[in-house]
Amino acid sequence: MDTYALLLAATLNAGTVLALAALGLLINEKAGVVNLGAEGMMLCAAIAGFAAVVHTGSDLAGFAAGMAAGAALAAVFGVLVIWLGTNQYATGLALSLFGVGFSAFVGIAYTQEKLPERLSFSWPILGDMAWLGPALFRQHPVVYLTIAMALALVWLLYRTRTGLVLRAVGESPHSAHALGYPVRGIRLLAVMAGGALCGLAGAYLSVIYTPLWVEGMVAGRGWIALALTTFATWRPARVLLGAYLFGGLTMLQFHLQSAGVQIASEWLTALPYVATIVVLVLISRNPTWIRVNMPASLGKPFHPG
Amino acid sequence: MLRLEPRPGASRLWTYASPLLAIALTVGLGVLIFLALDKDPVRALQMFFWEPLKSKYAIGELMVKATPLLLIALGLSLCFRSNVWNIGAEGQFVIGAVCAGGVALLAAKDTGGWIVPALLLAGVLGGMAWAGLTALLRDRFNANEILVSLMLVYVAIMVLTYMVHGPWKDPAGFNFPQSKTFESVTKIPRLMSGSRANIGVMLALAGAVVLWIYLFRTRAGFAQQVGGLAPAAARYAGFSSRRALWVALLVSGGTAGLAGALEVAGPIGQLTPYVPAGYGFAAIIVAFVGRLHPGGMVLSAILMSMFYIGGELAQSRMGLPRSITGVFQGLLLFCLLACDTLVAYRLRWMPKGGR
Repeated sequence: MDTYALLLAATLNAGTVLALAALGLLINEKAGVVNLGAEGMMLCAAIAGFAAVVHTGSDLAGFAAGMAAGAALAAVFGVLVIWLGTNQYATGLALSLFGVGFSAFVGIAYTQEKLPERLSFSWPILGDMAWLGPALFRQHPVVYLTIAMALALVWLLYRTRTGLVLRAVGESPHSAHALGYPVRGIRLLAVMAGGALCGLAGAYLSVIYTPLWVEGMVAGRGWIALALTTFATWRPARVLLGAYLFGGLTMLQFHLQSAGVQIASEWLTALPYVATIVVLVLISRNPTWIRVNMPASLGKPFHPG
Repeated sequence: MLRLEPRPGASRLWTYASPLLAIALTVGLGVLIFLALDKDPVRALQMFFWEPLKSKYAIGELMVKATPLLLIALGLSLCFRSNVWNIGAEGQFVIGAVCAGGVALLAAKDTGGWIVPALLLAGVLGGMAWAGLTALLRDRFNANEILVSLMLVYVAIMVLTYMVHGPWKDPAGFNFPQSKTFESVTKIPRLMSGSRANIGVMLALAGAVVLWIYLFRTRAGFAQQVGGLAPAAARYAGFSSRRALWVALLVSGGTAGLAGALEVAGPIGQLTPYVPAGYGFAAIIVAFVGRLHPGGMVLSAILMSMFYIGGELAQSRMGLPRSITGVFQGLLLFCLLACDTLVAYRLRWMPKGGR
């Protein structure tokens, strides 16, 4: 089989984890809330999803558990940030630190567990095509669901009333409040939706992608996803592209290693993190561009009345 | 229903009471966790709050862990007061350790005592350079310092991993990824016999005093913080926000690097992949729980050190996973942030429908 077909397939797979998380974070950032707890939510969801599959044998139960875990943690974060007016950065950080500790704590019991044989997927006819089949059409359904979700999000944000209200809450919460929209409730829902998607990303990682539980296995993907929303200037389609770009980068690292390129593996492992910094620098260089695209009240608390 | 009502000014009482309430809440949640795990909560609490204070040796161990936490937190508090979100102290700690380790590896058996200040300086400079990278990218390219400093943590750990797997690997080390053990001349002098605590404790306490003077008794320290409290006022007064950014990051990088140097040349004594122990992240909690005040952070560093030691004891004596430390650290910060609401707001009971 062609190596490049496999590389492309692996890129889609790796990018899906980042895309799911970043799309989720995009939703709550559009509503004006930054959640630095992505890493923690993904870790807790990863262990929740993994544990659920170990106990029930059903991947769907794993995804559901991951999403529930992510949404529940996001809800705690949301209540603190939205109702108690705590600092969004500090609270998100608390969530990340808690998530790292809590997932490691719960995960001890699951480090030796293995999941049942993973099913392989293939589209009828399309999956049998010569090069494109293995490259594009033999992925887990969640991969295609993610693409569909990004498209749905474009439609939701820019073509529906719901999206308009969500963006209004992020751009000008006071106007939205004056028009009678429950700003805090909408923000909480957006934060929970973000948490659920981060949760799905975490569960996909531990149930399908790896599939294993290893302490700290999210390995900074939550933070990279946060950077992706800035990189994509808060546009869903660009988030998707950015996620595949970074997915490709992580895969390139393995590809180069197996191709026998003489670089210490540590430098290749550091590649996605360095790339994140480079990309952030390139995109932030022009402050006006960021300011124009960023939800105007991002990170700012809102007190009605 | 319960309503939050803004107070006319920040409550002085709750400024001090909120960390205490947060600790109480964390302990309460801890008891629930122990009960859920079917462990004796009294014995578990003993591990965290009594065993670390029981003997002279135990107190020494408490200081060993409190020192890096306090040093890093001092620098971070300056950052947070200046509204600079450096959360990459762990990376600066690691690079400080790598630089200090590099100097320590140069030492031979007959090297003079100058090697200790030299390696400490190398650690400080290394940490400053690593944090300076974040400052540069923020200052010059407007890149978000939270994400940059955090990404640099992963890169720093890769640098350490590369060094101990490659150039600095001990040839006589049975292929373990670690450097050779440093010569004894590089050892940080200990405070007293019978305890692993070294002069790092003194450096950290002196640092707390210096920070207090800088923050509350100098004009430069005042100018540094105004940007964090009221950016518009700072601009009007002509205080440079760029200067504040650089000062905050260089100082915090320096203290984190110093902590890293003290750690490798002190308790660890060689470079290993286990140098990053999460102090850089735990110090964020130390800084917030200590109210970003030097005195408060001395206390919160001791508290956080108890969490570390308690976690280790709970693992060895009660069979609890050591990661319980991380759970408590996270819970403590959550509780603190929630309790801090009471500083600016009061709770008022309102009959339904009334306003």
